[in-house]
Amino acid sequence: MAQTNKKETPLTWDVFTTGLWKENPVFVMMLGLCPVLAVTNTVENSLGMGAATLFVLVCSNALVSALRNFIPKQVRITTYIVIIATFVTLVDYIIQAISLDLYNKLGAFIQLIVVNCLILGRAEAYASKNSFGKSVISATGMGLGFALALVMLGSVRELLGSGQLLGIRIFSENFEPWIVMILPPGGFIVLGCWLLLINYVHQRKTESLINQDAAASHCSVPQQH
Amino acid sequence: MNPESLGFIFLSAFLINNFVLAMFLGLCPFVGVSAKRDTAFNMSLATTFVMFVSSVCAYGVNSILTHFELEFLRLISYIAIIASAVQLVEMILKKFSPTLFRALGIFLPLITTNCAILGVALFQTARGYDFFQSVAFSLGAGAGFGLAIMLMAGLREKLELSKLPNITQAAALSMMLAGILSMTFMGFAGLGGTA
Repeated sequence: MAQTNKKETPLTWDVFTTGLWKENPVFVMMLGLCPVLAVTNTVENSLGMGAATLFVLVCSNALVSALRNFIPKQVRITTYIVIIATFVTLVDYIIQAISLDLYNKLGAFIQLIVVNCLILGRAEAYASKNSFGKSVISATGMGLGFALALVMLGSVRELLGSGQLLGIRIFSENFEPWIVMILPPGGFIVLGCWLLLINYVHQRKTESLINQDAAASHCSVPQQH
Repeated sequence: MNPESLGFIFLSAFLINNFVLAMFLGLCPFVGVSAKRDTAFNMSLATTFVMFVSSVCAYGVNSILTHFELEFLRLISYIAIIASAVQLVEMILKKFSPTLFRALGIFLPLITTNCAILGVALFQTARGYDFFQSVAFSLGAGAGFGLAIMLMAGLREKLELSKLPNITQAAALSMMLAGILSMTFMGFAGLGGTA
């Protein structure tokens, strides 16, 4: 493993922020979509799911990273899955103990964290190659980015679907709730809208950067855009 | 219709509570492999097979675990079952159809992390289905997954030929399409309860 140690980049703030926004697991990498759409009909559920996923992601990546020099390459995926499944079982019982109400709302999706591609993907792509500290920080960033995306979806869906936020009424009595938003189609459509918005902002930013570059380097050349 | 009957369980998993469009399970392959109809069809066959095998095995393992009161090991053993079933499919495909094996590529091992498969195993346990009900449930779920992914692939093949604004690139438009598909599937809710 001396090879990977040589290549290792220094620990920077970037390790944390990459997962939070630049490579947001949901909006950019499209990983772990199932829970994103299934449990985000209220903000409360989104927060619960985000916290559970964050916990499993950080713990499993920490353990994978700590054991990275001992796990034989041939059985690494199986080992990762067993590590992840252990932490998910843990979370499953913890949530059951803290709030049975939340547990019933999230249903099978807590146990389905095991097959969230985000967690296995990070274990394979990052934690198995980087030091303990960096893996934990990166996993925290990724987990927070995931939770952020869940809350972004959950707040729109709860606001439009039932006119309230975290159980507090926002709109007046006259507001006719868009029931479809809390039903399955709403999940797909709200995620689609967020993606469109993010694509639009990203495109605007790229265009203005290109224009700036062009203006700075070829002041005399007329622009072709 | 009797909600316990085999026909109803099949229909419920196939249309009313379609695994992809109503329960949001198995979205990764739904977005990832739905670009071409051929690949989508083969993918759904492989997924259905793995679902069937793992559902039968999960039923057996669950009765053993319940007998010894080791329920906390359920999740880990289900995952192990699914991983082995996927390995089996991989070996069969490699032997009999190397072209298909290459076409599916990375998505074949990724069937292991397809939540639809673990979902089938977990839901059949949660609902206390007996052996034949579990089989009907897994086949219905597989057929439903196939139907959804084939519909999506057909739509996306048409999209390839049409002019689209730049911002709808990547998955944004697929999500909108899936939303509309999902809305049409809500129409089947009239067929029966929400079981």
